[in-house]
Amino acid sequence: MTHSVQIKNLDLSFGAIKVLRNLNLDIGEGEFLVLLGSSGCGKSTLLNCIAGLLEPTDGQIWIKGQNVTWEEPSKRGIGMVFQSYALYPQMTVEGNLAFGLKNARVPKAEIAKRIARAAEMLQIAPLLQRKPGALSGGQRQRVAIGRALVRDVDVFLFDEPLSNLDAKLRADLRVEIKRLHEQLQNTMIYVTHDQIEAMTLADRIAIMKGGHIMQLGTPDEIYNLPQNLYVADFIGSPSMNFIQGHLEKGVFHKGDLRLPLTGYAFAAPQTADRPATIGIRPEHIVTGELVGNAPVQAGVTVDLVEPMGSDTLVWATLAGQPFRIRMDGQARVRNRDPLTIGIDPARASLFDTQTEARV
Amino acid sequence: MADGLTGPRGPKPRRSFSAPNIFLYGTLIVVACYYALPLYVMITTSLKTMDEIRAGNIFSVPREFTIEPWIKAWSTACTGINCDGLSRGFWNSVRILIPSVILSISIASVNGYALANWKYKGAEFFFAVLMLGAFIPYQVMLYPIVLVLRNVGDFLGFQLYGTLGGLVIVHTIFGMPILTLLFRNYFSSLPEELFKAARVDGAGFWGIFFQIMLPMALPIFVVAMILQVTGIWNDFLFGVIYTKPDIYPMTVQLNNIVNSVQGVKEYNVNMAATLLTGLVPLTIYFISGKLFVRGIAAGAVKG
Repeated sequence: MTHSVQIKNLDLSFGAIKVLRNLNLDIGEGEFLVLLGSSGCGKSTLLNCIAGLLEPTDGQIWIKGQNVTWEEPSKRGIGMVFQSYALYPQMTVEGNLAFGLKNARVPKAEIAKRIARAAEMLQIAPLLQRKPGALSGGQRQRVAIGRALVRDVDVFLFDEPLSNLDAKLRADLRVEIKRLHEQLQNTMIYVTHDQIEAMTLADRIAIMKGGHIMQLGTPDEIYNLPQNLYVADFIGSPSMNFIQGHLEKGVFHKGDLRLPLTGYAFAAPQTADRPATIGIRPEHIVTGELVGNAPVQAGVTVDLVEPMGSDTLVWATLAGQPFRIRMDGQARVRNRDPLTIGIDPARASLFDTQTEARV
Repeated sequence: MADGLTGPRGPKPRRSFSAPNIFLYGTLIVVACYYALPLYVMITTSLKTMDEIRAGNIFSVPREFTIEPWIKAWSTACTGINCDGLSRGFWNSVRILIPSVILSISIASVNGYALANWKYKGAEFFFAVLMLGAFIPYQVMLYPIVLVLRNVGDFLGFQLYGTLGGLVIVHTIFGMPILTLLFRNYFSSLPEELFKAARVDGAGFWGIFFQIMLPMALPIFVVAMILQVTGIWNDFLFGVIYTKPDIYPMTVQLNNIVNSVQGVKEYNVNMAATLLTGLVPLTIYFISGKLFVRGIAAGAVKG
């Protein structure tokens, strides 16, 4: 796989605050990479560095085998889509699309051709003569994507492009971005704090925290094999249940609860006993008839029920602490009902309580 | 009611002549009269003959209207050595006003844009120094500026002190702190992503300024224009110090007419002259409406 974008030993500080610390990242040709993290984790800062809108304190950025660390944003072969659309309000849609090309002195005929192509791909042809003020949020974001599209660039940068849209439009446009990637096969780097967007769009996800990449992997790896407590807690909605206990001879103990970890894929052969935290996803807990097939069973009492239509979230107490269980939307449970649950420790994630790394 | 609901429904009825309303509008009317009365006296006095004024009763409506005082104030009143009225001063003021306003706003808008969007090294320091300038009283700088104008003029080989050009430069410089602050704050309030998008699209310093920022900055240009037009038109101090009698601005000439100690005090001519001088800022106030309020609010920073 050839590299499209490479970030080498990147540092960025604002005064005494280090936003990015010695960050390294290789992004393959045609890859869809999502930078995911809560606000303030440095994901947008990293994107701005790649775009050339922020100067790094140290390190290099390579795009298509060229060291572009000192290049102007317009000379890097990138197109960028912003959260607030950032359309030029006094220009028509057509003017917005043409602005970058005019600056690059592209011939008029070529400009017209590229605008026509982008307008067709994004279904904005009827809007070309309108001003951005006369467009809806979804239409504006399409135009913003179009503005990146006409530049015929190698790398697309998206800075939370769907965050300003309502839920339904967000889902629609998400699919469209995915379709666009299938069609163009460009490298795309996409910043978001929405894990659904990350999971559905990404070839690989980089989860960031405090200027570091906590884990880089496919959505499947991130979901099933989180490498540390932070990633395990961050991914998944409702989030993972954590129980702090002890790992002894391949069995997890916490009070009366014993979870034999037969079938669990340890990261390294285990010898020492140690304090450990086990993470169990609410959706991996079975109830009803399926309990018999689960390696471990436990009886709990329902504390609270949150019906959500497609499924029902049940709060119970296990090993002395609150515990979330996701049940079918048709499940009829009430507060204080007794419930038998089945747990499969092989699907759980085990972390060292001290280092927070996967065991 | 057809639907069987009883009791209050829909909007609550409001009485026009309730006690709070009477108090509120009563106060407003009294205060409005208080402020409008001097204007009324000025206008009526300027339309009276001197005989009528001498008869006293300043609130009366003129018995015989005359526009003679207005004509005299404009074209024949004596201001020091010249006796061609305020007309000379009016055109001097126009010649000072137009280049000063254009020059100061052009420079300040670029200043503000650079300070807001291009965070170059030392930008904060530069801005702090500029703001410091806004807090130093003008009077402190009067004589140093005389020296600077004279020496720079000598150095360049033409006269600056005592010319309209010199006064234009002084107005431009003194307008800089407040106008730069005005433009900087306005450009800072525009979304930063717009600026970033333009950079990704390959526009440079001037490209972004003229194609993206200027078209969005019309309101603040109007506010800056109001501030500068009223400020420069009403200026007396710089006008009297940095020019000479031939090229005195209108305000200085007005002072010479009104404060003349020789001959009879012609109150009607004085009133007409004052109204004529105030006409330019007044026109600006009336046509700019809402934007003027914003100008006042922005000017409030000035103190």
